[in-house]
Amino acid sequence: MIIKQLSVFLENKTGRLNEVTQILGNARINMSAFSVADTSEFGILRMIVSEPEKALSILKDADFSVRLTDVICLNSPNEPGALARALNILSGESVFIEYLYAYSMDDKTANIVLKPDNIQKCIEVLQAHQMELVSASDMYKI
Amino acid sequence: MIWNEKIECASRDEMRDIQAERLKETVRRIYHNVPSYRQKMQEAGLVPDDIKSVDDLSKLPFTLKTDMRDNYPFGLFTVPMSEIVRIHASSGTTGKPTVVGYTRKDLNNWAEMVTRSLCMAGVHREDIVQVAYGYGLFTGGLGLHYGCENLGASVIPISGGNTDKQLQLMEDFGTTVIACTPSYSLHLGEELKAKGIDKSKLKLRVGIFGAEPWTENMRKEIESSLGIKAIDIYGLSEIMGPGVSCECEHQAGMHIMEDHFIPEIIDPETLQPLPAGEIGELVFTTITKEGIPLIRYRTRDLTRLNYEKCACGRTLVRMEKCKGRSDDMLIIRGVNVFPSQIETVLLEMSETSPHYLIIVEREGNLDSVKLMVEVQEQFFSDEIKQLEALRKKITHKLQSTLGISVDVKLVEPKTIERTAGKAKRVIDNRNL
Repeated sequence: MIIKQLSVFLENKTGRLNEVTQILGNARINMSAFSVADTSEFGILRMIVSEPEKALSILKDADFSVRLTDVICLNSPNEPGALARALNILSGESVFIEYLYAYSMDDKTANIVLKPDNIQKCIEVLQAHQMELVSASDMYKI
Repeated sequence: MIWNEKIECASRDEMRDIQAERLKETVRRIYHNVPSYRQKMQEAGLVPDDIKSVDDLSKLPFTLKTDMRDNYPFGLFTVPMSEIVRIHASSGTTGKPTVVGYTRKDLNNWAEMVTRSLCMAGVHREDIVQVAYGYGLFTGGLGLHYGCENLGASVIPISGGNTDKQLQLMEDFGTTVIACTPSYSLHLGEELKAKGIDKSKLKLRVGIFGAEPWTENMRKEIESSLGIKAIDIYGLSEIMGPGVSCECEHQAGMHIMEDHFIPEIIDPETLQPLPAGEIGELVFTTITKEGIPLIRYRTRDLTRLNYEKCACGRTLVRMEKCKGRSDDMLIIRGVNVFPSQIETVLLEMSETSPHYLIIVEREGNLDSVKLMVEVQEQFFSDEIKQLEALRKKITHKLQSTLGISVDVKLVEPKTIERTAGKAKRVIDNRNL
């Protein structure tokens, strides 16, 4: 259930994001989900990749500040109100979300990547409500 | 007016006689009361009787800022604490401040030096002096304050900051003399303009500026923006505080209070004394100080001395505006900052690496400091709030250690240039 997300610290300067994507591309690592959080001073690049451990080590070798973070991915119907239902359940059980990002798979389903404060509890709560979680191996393959 | 004509206009011979007597006495007192300096003298094979005149000064070992740290806090005091009536402190090279103690006589002497300085600047007892130097551990505020009282001028002890209030009192009270850092005076001038206050409505006529380096161009700018005569005052807390030397109205070098301090100029590399007129590091020996007398204290300020009699009639030797430093100390908004202090703060925190770069700029007329710090890989969090918290923590620690606010910028690891030799830690973009 738990997915290893790759997080990279980036200073706000031209070309850094480009460098990361080049390095991963050259290593034949595919990105299946991707988001950038930014402040005026720096940004954090978060992504799900085909081979997280390999990506970690090659980016470290290239002197990036990088780490793997545990996240989960909720497979949700691609319809109005679906995300609200899921978040309603989590807030009802006092699960705090640090951040999330989402993308549509097709017109039927969407994937929501979640970083909760308590990952085990989050999984239990979602499963208890018959919510479908994407397995890590499936996620890396997308 | 010359406050103490007998001293300030004494012949060179008279001055050297005064200095010789006081030097001998000082050396004796330190030898018998400060074990660390006695040891230095013994290592150099010296006893107090070897010092018979000012010419023997160069035989004596130097005192360094690190000696003050090694004897922190009161180890260099030569009187019991019951004789000490005031303590001041300035920044040390690392975490510990440099501490100085004054006896009642020291404070009286200091007040007289500041009074002499004020007279040199053309200030008299009818003046209203706004002291906008910080009051507190820093010697600027209290130093100027007691000198003004001793002169009989009216002091407004407003301390630093709060520009609106400074301008209001200046206007309402009819301030005639302002004492602050030169950069702050430029800031006051700008605010005056911004507020549409006509400077001809102010009674300001003299400014006493010190605690940071400033150029002749800055002087012109200050004089025109405030409509005053800008006078340079010099001092350092280790030696006394403001009033160690000061310009007279001729603005042709700062007269050193030679009956209290003997200046020398040395080559900072060879440590040998340089002939009069050459630029080198200024070294002071205090000869009347009781609380913490210092022999051959290396100020690290680079300047030169002029022994010619001044047009004002004073014979006190004059030092030029300081040309720079023989160490890496920065003076930011009047506050002394050593890169090593910043390094100490970063090393105490496990989250950051000791790789950093300090960038100093002058925006408008005020100095600003940016510090680039590398985030240690293992402390990189993928949550923005934690990185922001780290940035705030560093900012707060620097503020409390240095006494100035620093704009901290987190940067990627290994992006700050590594050099094989001495690392380049400071980029100073101010044109001082």
